[in-house]
Amino acid sequence: MSIPVGPAPAVEVLAAPHADPEALGIAETPAQQLWCSFRQERLAMFGLYVLCVLSVVALLGKLLTSWWVVFDPTTVRLPDKLLPPFSSASSTLPAELVPPFHVYPFGTDELGRNVFARMLQGSFVSLSIGVVAVSISLSIGVTVGGLAGFYGQRKFGPISVDSLLMRFTDVVLCFPSFFLILTVVALLPPSIYTIMIVVGMTSWMSTARFVRAEFLALREQDFVTAAKALGLPEWRIIFRHMIPNAMAPVLVSATINVAHAILTESALSFLGFGVRPPYATWGNILADGRAYIFDAPWLFSIPGAAILFVVLAFNLVGEGLRDALNPKLRKRVG
Amino acid sequence: MTATSADPLLAVRDLRVEFATDAGPLPAVRGIDFSIAPGEIVALVGESGSGKSVTAMSVMRLTEGRIAAGSIHFQGRDLAKIPEVEMRDLRGGQIGMIFQEPMTSLNPVFTIGRQIEEVLILHQRMNARDARAQALELLQRVGIPAPERRLAQYPHELSGGMKQRVMLAMAIACRPRLLIADEPTTALDVTIQAQILELLRSLQREFGMAVLLITHDLGVVAHFAERVLVMYAGKIVEQGSVRDIFKRASHPYTQALLAALPDPKNPGKRLAAIPGRVPSPSMLPPGCAFCARCPHTFDPCPTRQPPLFKVSESHQAACFLRE
Repeated sequence: MSIPVGPAPAVEVLAAPHADPEALGIAETPAQQLWCSFRQERLAMFGLYVLCVLSVVALLGKLLTSWWVVFDPTTVRLPDKLLPPFSSASSTLPAELVPPFHVYPFGTDELGRNVFARMLQGSFVSLSIGVVAVSISLSIGVTVGGLAGFYGQRKFGPISVDSLLMRFTDVVLCFPSFFLILTVVALLPPSIYTIMIVVGMTSWMSTARFVRAEFLALREQDFVTAAKALGLPEWRIIFRHMIPNAMAPVLVSATINVAHAILTESALSFLGFGVRPPYATWGNILADGRAYIFDAPWLFSIPGAAILFVVLAFNLVGEGLRDALNPKLRKRVG
Repeated sequence: MTATSADPLLAVRDLRVEFATDAGPLPAVRGIDFSIAPGEIVALVGESGSGKSVTAMSVMRLTEGRIAAGSIHFQGRDLAKIPEVEMRDLRGGQIGMIFQEPMTSLNPVFTIGRQIEEVLILHQRMNARDARAQALELLQRVGIPAPERRLAQYPHELSGGMKQRVMLAMAIACRPRLLIADEPTTALDVTIQAQILELLRSLQREFGMAVLLITHDLGVVAHFAERVLVMYAGKIVEQGSVRDIFKRASHPYTQALLAALPDPKNPGKRLAAIPGRVPSPSMLPPGCAFCARCPHTFDPCPTRQPPLFKVSESHQAACFLRE
């Protein structure tokens, strides 16, 4: 292909920073641009590091507590109960019960179980519940909100699509969702999958409302009309042109929803409807610890701090993403 | 009907567009006929609410209203009837369009380059590399300085005039046969207006495309168009060559519009205004829509709809004075 060189020398001077226009053009995909501007947000990068570390911990935890058991979270050692963090195992313990390195990094609980092992086991549950539940709620919310916003004016019998979908959203929003979750979890066999699905299906309403509001505004924007006038298919306009423009509030609400999902799981475990004991989650470690709040403060402070960190990290990443997705806030390098 | 060649590129016959309201259908376009020959520049003039933008959007079949009757023949196909898939191929392919507001007509979250490439990839089935090269060439063609750099920039980093050039580049990317320009210069300042019109004209010559220019600026019409359609309250009240309209305006509305232009020879003079207001589409008189504001109203005007009367070979006016 021939690229005519700009005729005026002034053009050449302006173009100088990028000697090879083609290399410049093809090299930078939107994902790379997003990453470049995301990388400049220190707090967001911190959040991302925390999440990466926690994901590795969660996977390692699953590995080391379920498949290749180094840390056994269910071993009961009554002589070693309620030991503070970093205490060493007592010498009277039978050899098969001794924890790795003879030490309890996070102490032990009222049955002498290794809190470190229990936190490891729980990290997988808590993180995956947060992520999966929010993925479910995001997909439902974006779909419902997007449909209501884009096709809202179409009639479906006497009612418009918009009122149909949004009144349904209002109805779901009116349920006291925690009691709905409790009922469903009490009726269905208890498993983390049930909790993920139920939490996801009861937390999509705010996302749907955000997306609908954004879509209503975007639909009237000139660039959507212009995209139609360029002959782009409707799905492409929705997915490639409108959703990226509607993502900012959605991402922020998603990160808050992750936090909410983790806390909901904790609350369910706290009430005894969550993941069944002896399987540990951050929520039920926290719940068990409440009885020893003064005698063994590490039992609630360690899982509490872990939840706090995850929630904070998700929020920081969400905010960083929101800024990175907005080209007007991007700082140009070079 | 018109003095253009026998085989028009676009032929609109008896087009009627209605908007559904709670009080029943509201006619925005009330039966208009016009045609555009290949390579011809036609201006559609009228004040706000006269139905000119609705007409343009109807040709693209993007109007919010309903095409109630009539046909829009483009290269032998009736755009009012073809399936949506075919229509989508035409939009951006055979028919390009640019809009009034370049500031908001580009997607803020994508680079200029990606937006131009998208059209090329979609309509021309180009690969990413060819599309990028073609986008660069298009940006050069529409006279954007440092086009290599612009490709990677976002719309908010460009000025209004530059964005309108980008819009033009996208509209002509697939070498359309017809370009619809809906008040392309209204949002730009005067010096940029002239540049954009000049560019539009040179592109029109280069590609031999027809242009339907929608505007309320008679100055733009006089400099740019070959033929003029004057719209009032959803109807074409006069059509003819630029000479016909500016030298021998035959409809009282066109005459009043021309009289309202500032006169450079007499700068201190008060501008003439047309008394009254455009009638609301819901309360149109059975006869001529202009009769309430017209200085020459006589017997048949309020009750009978004036058809287009021939003034000369190339010139018609919908006024009983020309009967």
